[in-house]
Amino acid sequence: MDFLLTHLVAKYNFWLYIILMMIGLYAMIAKNNLIKKLVGMNIFQTAIILFYVSIGSKRGGTIPIVEHIAGGGEHAINPTRYVNPLPHVLMLTAIVVSVSTFGVALALAIKIYQRYKTLEEDELLTRIRES
Amino acid sequence: MIWQLDLAILTLVIVCAIAAISVKDLLGTAILFGAYSFMMCLLWSIMAAVDVAFTEASVGAGVSTVFFVAAVFRTTRRTKD
Repeated sequence: MDFLLTHLVAKYNFWLYIILMMIGLYAMIAKNNLIKKLVGMNIFQTAIILFYVSIGSKRGGTIPIVEHIAGGGEHAINPTRYVNPLPHVLMLTAIVVSVSTFGVALALAIKIYQRYKTLEEDELLTRIRES
Repeated sequence: MIWQLDLAILTLVIVCAIAAISVKDLLGTAILFGAYSFMMCLLWSIMAAVDVAFTEASVGAGVSTVFFVAAVFRTTRRTKD
């Protein structure tokens, strides 16, 4: 019971990220529509980004901007009061990459639709085989 | 970090994700995906990652939804699953 409380309930956010990641994986594998597959890919990416950002978060931490007192001069900065900003900076790049990936994939889906008049994977495969 | 708010919004994120991949209309998927991105933005401001939060609000919930709606209008709203 103590194990359950410390490892399953206290770290509830990691379990929910795993659920979110599996939703994305299911959509990428099992959905038939190409746009639905793209949405699944984006859900998968955001689950990983959530995991990384939550590593930097800490209890009682505030936003990582150093407070300066006006005319206070030099004063010690206590790093335990701020959340770790390194994962934020790394994941900022990942968000921009994910949106550009999404845009390129949608452009490819539009070209596929103009040529084959469908976005469903099974219809697409039969039309490729016919032509 | 307020864990009650974190848990509530994380649940809403999962509900939005399941709804976005299971609704039978691609325009509905676009709108639900925008809602998903906005919930994600709230989650990041709860985790004190303000820079990630406003990048997500502008790029994820804004530009991504516009791309999605434009692509749906250029292709089709019909989906089988």
